[in-house]
Amino acid sequence: MASVDHAEGPDLRSRLQDWLPRLVLSPSIAAVMIFVYGFIVFTIYLSFTDSKMLPSYGLVGFDNYATLFGLSAWHTALVNLAIFASLYIVICMAIGLTLAIFLDQKIRGEGVLRPIYLYPMALSFIVTGTAWKWFLDPGIGLEHTMHLWGWESFKFGWIKDRDFAIYTLVLAAVWQSSGFVMAMFLAGLRGIDNEMLKAAQIDGASNWQLYRRIVIPLLRPAFMSAFVILAHLAIKSYDLVIALTGGGPGRATELPATFMYSYTFTRNQMGVGAASAVIMLMGVAAVMVPYIYAELREKS
Amino acid sequence: MAIATQDTAVRTGRITRTFIYVVLIFFALFYLLPFFIMVINSVKPLSEITSGNMLALPQDPTFAPWASAWSTAQIGVEATGLKPYFLNSILMVVPAVAISTALGALNGYILTKWRFRGDTILFGLMLFSCFIPFQIVLIPMARILGELGLSGSLPGLILVHVVYGIGFSTLYFRNYYAAFPTELVKSAMIDGAGFFRIFWRIMLPVSGPIAVVCIIWQFTNIWNDFLFGVSFAGLSAQPMTVALNNLVQSSTGVKEYNVHFAGAILAALPTLFVYIVAGRYFVRGLMAGSVKG
Repeated sequence: MASVDHAEGPDLRSRLQDWLPRLVLSPSIAAVMIFVYGFIVFTIYLSFTDSKMLPSYGLVGFDNYATLFGLSAWHTALVNLAIFASLYIVICMAIGLTLAIFLDQKIRGEGVLRPIYLYPMALSFIVTGTAWKWFLDPGIGLEHTMHLWGWESFKFGWIKDRDFAIYTLVLAAVWQSSGFVMAMFLAGLRGIDNEMLKAAQIDGASNWQLYRRIVIPLLRPAFMSAFVILAHLAIKSYDLVIALTGGGPGRATELPATFMYSYTFTRNQMGVGAASAVIMLMGVAAVMVPYIYAELREKS
Repeated sequence: MAIATQDTAVRTGRITRTFIYVVLIFFALFYLLPFFIMVINSVKPLSEITSGNMLALPQDPTFAPWASAWSTAQIGVEATGLKPYFLNSILMVVPAVAISTALGALNGYILTKWRFRGDTILFGLMLFSCFIPFQIVLIPMARILGELGLSGSLPGLILVHVVYGIGFSTLYFRNYYAAFPTELVKSAMIDGAGFFRIFWRIMLPVSGPIAVVCIIWQFTNIWNDFLFGVSFAGLSAQPMTVALNNLVQSSTGVKEYNVHFAGAILAALPTLFVYIVAGRYFVRGLMAGSVKG
């Protein structure tokens, strides 16, 4: 037996070495497969059932989706998301790019400014929401303060106004994320070869032309990453609404994420809630899948 | 690794430079404003808040709102202050961050140095899992936690955060280890070093920078999480964010804004602390990643 062991020893050991990495990886893979993909399949399945307060397994075809798209609340949530996401992405990128370009001009105090721009992303919306809510409240916030300072006609009541409340979400969200976008663009700018810029400048390009024709096109990867990150954050936005407006006034600031939660857990329409979650997932996948695919292809 | 403050080729005139500084300082004030409002109003007595100006400095500073937010404020039905929930968050964050980071390091090591057929697809699946809207998993997660007997408990929340944190921690370590010379690992293998030995002796000692990035990221995300907390924590395991929301949104009695602000700052302190202490490493690591990506 000993000799057999001896003969098989190295072989067994190297075979174990072959399998060990996969063995160590497997709990993580199993967790992702069950808790992410298994759950996605389960939720998709639920979206085709007559689940109300609890999951139930009577199949009803596309009824939940028909109900969902017939609901004015869902319609409002989608329109709000479109407004919120487009403004959020565009403004964050505009501010982020401007700040990054400005910070890149050998600014004194860059080391102080950068952390100030970035710290909002360390905070929870539930935290910053308390300050924003107060700031925006006409009775005690900015409007009140302006009145105390003698500007009696100053009006800033967006948060109480059905037509404007959605813009307060944009304001708070831009505050939170634009510094982060700045960091992404700054990283891109610092990666650009200066010699090329110098050459262009010798050829007589103005600063404006330099940025528009050379620098901004070179920042394409940073634009892509920023877009993907902001778009998926916009679709997932939940805390922000809860902390700032609670979806109100009325339903004026309802987003798909809050819609899903209230239909599933407080209105006991789990089938409809599941259907709305599936639509949200499809939105995120439409943005993320091509991006991830391109990233992985490029790397391998 | 420091972000090189390299000279830009652009030459700017005096007026342009003044304009640039004005814009930069304006935005600095914009970012500081909400936190400034919270801090100064958290040390004002309530009467000074309701009668006064939100931007005025406190005339009669008091730390009573802080004491109240910490130990006596009404959270939901109990007047416990935020203290027990702060503790809940700590007990939830520490193991969740430790486990997800350790798993991410091992996964990143395997996916770059022990490659096998199909590993890119597995990584792609893990990567996508970082970005899913969590609404898609809420219903089945609630059920599974119930079946495991983990509903409304801290271990349940830890499980949730570990599971949905693996994707990001793996992503960070994989990208970092990908730049580490595989030849070194190969020659260690030829010398007879095994899987764990190589990880322990060769990979871990160089993993400091990315571990910092990963820990900060996970800590901030898990500490700031609200959706999982409000969905799965029940009453006894509520994390800080959920308790703070209950405090702030409570509709009974007088709104004690100063207490709300003190509570909000308490909830922000750990992430701010981590950010201030280690934030610069985070930005560096993140930038290194985003430049490559």
